[in-house]
Amino acid sequence: MALTEKDFTEWDKRIFDLALKYGLKTYPQEFEVCDHFEMIGYMAYAGMPSRYPHWSFGKSYEKQKTLYDYGVGGLPYEMVINSSPCLAYLMRDNTDLLHILTIAHVYGHNDFFANNFTFQSGMQAKYVLEMFKNNANRIRRYMEDPSIGTERVEDWIDAGHALSLQRSRNLGIKRLSREEEAQRMWEAAQPKSDQFSDLHERKDYVPPNLAKNPLKPDPNLVEFIARNSPDLAEWERDVLLIVDTESAYFIPQIETKIMNEGWASYWHHKLCCELNLPQGYHLEFIVRHNQVLRPTPGGLNPYHLGFLLWKDIERRWNEGDTGREWTDDKPREDVSALDESDTPGRKKIFEVRESDRDVSFLRRFLTEDLLRELDLFQHEKRGKERVITKVADEENWKNIKETLIASVGMGSIPSILVDDADFGRKRTLYLKHEHDGRDLQLDYAERTLRHVEQLWRREVVLETTVNGRASILKIVDGTLKVERL
Amino acid sequence: MGAIFRPHISEDKRSDRSARDRQRHRQKIRESIRENIADIIAEESIIGREKDKIIKVPIRSIKEYRFIYGENSPGVAQGQGNSKPGDVVQKGDPGQPDANGEAGNTAGIDAIETDVTLEELIEIMFEDLELPDLQRKAMREIESERLRKRHGHRREGIIARLDKRKTARNRVRRMFATTRARGEEENREAVEAKEALREKRFDADGKERFPFHEDDMSFHHIVTDSDFQSNAVVICIMDTSGSMGTVKKYLARSFYFLLYQFVKLKYEQVELVFIAHHTEAKEVTEQEFFHKVESGGTYISSGYTKALEIIESRYHPSLWNVYAFHCSDGDNFYSDNERALGSAKELCDVCNLFGYGEIKPSGSAYYSGSMLEVFGQIDRPNFHSIVIEKKEDLWDGFRAFMLKDAQTKSVLVGSKEKEEKATTTP
Repeated sequence: MALTEKDFTEWDKRIFDLALKYGLKTYPQEFEVCDHFEMIGYMAYAGMPSRYPHWSFGKSYEKQKTLYDYGVGGLPYEMVINSSPCLAYLMRDNTDLLHILTIAHVYGHNDFFANNFTFQSGMQAKYVLEMFKNNANRIRRYMEDPSIGTERVEDWIDAGHALSLQRSRNLGIKRLSREEEAQRMWEAAQPKSDQFSDLHERKDYVPPNLAKNPLKPDPNLVEFIARNSPDLAEWERDVLLIVDTESAYFIPQIETKIMNEGWASYWHHKLCCELNLPQGYHLEFIVRHNQVLRPTPGGLNPYHLGFLLWKDIERRWNEGDTGREWTDDKPREDVSALDESDTPGRKKIFEVRESDRDVSFLRRFLTEDLLRELDLFQHEKRGKERVITKVADEENWKNIKETLIASVGMGSIPSILVDDADFGRKRTLYLKHEHDGRDLQLDYAERTLRHVEQLWRREVVLETTVNGRASILKIVDGTLKVERL
Repeated sequence: MGAIFRPHISEDKRSDRSARDRQRHRQKIRESIRENIADIIAEESIIGREKDKIIKVPIRSIKEYRFIYGENSPGVAQGQGNSKPGDVVQKGDPGQPDANGEAGNTAGIDAIETDVTLEELIEIMFEDLELPDLQRKAMREIESERLRKRHGHRREGIIARLDKRKTARNRVRRMFATTRARGEEENREAVEAKEALREKRFDADGKERFPFHEDDMSFHHIVTDSDFQSNAVVICIMDTSGSMGTVKKYLARSFYFLLYQFVKLKYEQVELVFIAHHTEAKEVTEQEFFHKVESGGTYISSGYTKALEIIESRYHPSLWNVYAFHCSDGDNFYSDNERALGSAKELCDVCNLFGYGEIKPSGSAYYSGSMLEVFGQIDRPNFHSIVIEKKEDLWDGFRAFMLKDAQTKSVLVGSKEKEEKATTTP
C-alpha cells in the first residue's frame, strides 16, 4: 500500500473538513484496512465484527469466494456499517485514489445513516455493535448447552431466517400496544354523532371483536410467534427475538438502497471534485467514478439511479422546475448569488435525505423525463423468455414507475400478515398474503410454510391468490395443498 | 475530530472467523449428498470410474427458503435508448434490482454441482452400512510392500540409508567431548602438539581438523511391517447367456461395482474373481466379464461349481472372507435347477455371504423363468436373493443385501414381497 497511515490521516482530514463545510452531519468514523479474505468474511456476516454462528454465513462466504476466485464477481472497494462510531472497511489493494474516493463515499453513507428517518427510528446506532455481540454470545451459549445443542439451535434459526423479512416495512410508524389498539377499535365502532340522526336510517351497531388475536393483521411474523406461541422453550423464544431484532436492523438499509448509494456517490463526486486532486489522481477519479455509476443495460444500477435523482432534484429546485405540486414554494431567487450550501436545490436534497425512503423518493422525484432518459422499461415473463412489455412512453411511463416502486426496498418481499392465531378455534395460524398482482413462488411458499409450522407447532394456512383465484395454501401430509377459497 | 485508522493485521495474527460456519455448511452438503445417494450412484457416469477421479455430482443446493414472488411478477430495467415492446431482454431472469442483497431471494437453479472423489462418495455411501457376518479369519499373508517404514537406527548399513543429520551430530558431539576431555589434562598443550604431529590434524589454513569417524555413522533401519490383514475375495458370477441383454448387464455390473467398492473399503486386501457362465463356466478377466457377449443356454450350476473349485484351490474359507454374488435373469434350464440348488447350498457353507440377484428390467420382452422359487428353498442365514428391475432398485437391493440385519424379519419380508411381486407379474 502506497499510502502511509500519515497520508491516510491527512487525506481524511481534508475530506472531513470539506464534508463539514458542506453541512454533512456524521457519526464519528473508524476505518479498518483489510485484505480480500477479510472482506469476503465481512461480507458474509453483513459487516458485523461479531455475529452468531450459523451455516448460512459459511455458505455465503463460500459463494463469494468462489465468485471471486473465478473472477466472476469482484469485491467492493469498501463496506460501511450503520453504527456509531461508523465502521468502514477499506480494501488493502485499492489504489491511492480509490482510497481517497472511498473515504469520501463512506462519509456520504455515514451522513445518511446519521440523518435518514428510517435509520433514526430504528435501533440506536451506538448500541448496534454491542447488540450483535451480545446476541452472538447468547446464541453460542444455547449451542453449547448440552440440553439444547448446535443442531437444534441451527434448525430453529433456519426457520426464523425464513420469516425474518416478514415484518413491518416502515419503522417510522408507531406500533400500538394491544390496549391502545383495542381503544381505537372501540372508538371507531361507536356511532358518529349526526345532527340529522332523526332523518337518517340508524345503522346497526356492530361491536368490534376485541377477543381476536391479533386485533389488527400483524406483519411481524417472527415476533408474533415468539410472543404468542404458548409452548415455546425460553431459548426458542429468545432465539426468535434475536433473529427478529437483527432483521429489524437491516430493514432501513433494504428500504433506502437507491437513496443511500446515490447520496454517497453524490458526495464522493462533490468532495473529490473540490479536493483539487493532482492531475494523475483526477483522471483516475473520473474513470473510477464512471465505473461505479455506469448504467447496466438489462438491469438497474442503484448507484446510477440514485446519483441521477439527487442531481436532478438539486437542478430542478435551483431552476424552479419543480412541477405543479410544488408551485407553493417560494418565488425563485437568484441562485447564482447564493452560497452553494444555501441554494434551494441543496437545501431540498438535505431535507429529502432525512424524510424519505426509496419508495417515496422514487414516487416523488422520478419524473417522466428522467424515466425516458434512463430508457426504463417493464419486462415480463413470456414463455421461457423475459420480454419487454412496456417502454417509457406517454401511455405507459406511469405504469413503469409504479412497477419499479413496487419492486424496490421491501417491495421485493411479499407482504404476509398474521390474521388470526386461533383460526377455527384450533389454534391454527391464519396468514394472509396481501396480493398485489404478483403470485407467490409456490415451491418456496411450501418450504417456508413448513418452517412456519415448525415454529408454530400447529397447523398454518396461508390465504393468497394463485393464477387469479383466491386460494388457501396448507401443508397436508408433508405436501403443499392448494384449495380454492 | 479525525477518524481512527486501523492498519491491516497480518494474516497469521488474525483468526479465520468463518471456519466453523463453513464447516457446518459443508456438513450440510454432505448430508444432502447422502440423501440423494441412490440417484447419484445409479448414474451411468459413476459406475466403473477410477476411485481418485473427481466426479461432478449434482445435488440440491442448501437453500434458504423464504416467501418470494413467482415468475409472473414484472420487473423494471434500463435499456440503451432503443428499447421497444417485444424485445427479448434475457433468456433467464434478469432479476429485479437486488435491493436487499440477500442471497436466495429469487428462485434460482435448483441443483448445484459439487466436486467429490469417488472414494469420498463411496465412504458416504457406506457410512451407515455394516459389514455382514464379519469374521476375522486367520490371515493368509499377502506381501504388503507399502508397509515398509523407518524404524530406529543402526551403526551399519548401505550408504543410501545414511542419516546425514544424525551422523553430523554424532561427530559434533564427539568433537566437544574430546576437546573437553583434553582440557582437563594439565599438560594439554604438549599432548596436543604430539597428537597433532601424529594425526596431522590441521588443514591447509592451519585450522584444526576433526574428521568423521566410523563410530559417527548412523543409518536408517527399515522394517517390513507384517501386520496381518483381513483378506476378502469377491466372486462375481454372471450369466452371459444369450438372454442377458445390455440393460441387464449394466444392472449386474452396477451391482458388482457396489459390492466391490464396499468390500474394498472394509478389507485391506480384496481380490476379485470373475466367472462367466452359460452352459459352461470359466474364469475371465474383468474386461471380458463385462463386455463379452456369449450366447446359448444356461446351466447355473456350472458357474457355482466353478466358484467352488476356485475357492477350494485358492481362497480357502479358513483364511479368506468370501463373498459370492450371482447375477442372472433366472432363465435356467429346468433340468439344471436341482443341481444348482445343491451347489448354491454348498456355496453358502463356504461363503460369508452368498447372494443371488435376479435381473428383470421392466419391459423385458417376455416373462421368463425365475430361479427365485427354487432358491427359496435355501434356508441359510447368509443367503439372500434380490430382484433388480430398474436402476433405482440398485441401492435398496444392495442395502438389503448388505445390512447386517439382513437376516432379521423386516428385510426378509421385504425380499419376500419382491419375490411375490416378481412371480406374479404377468
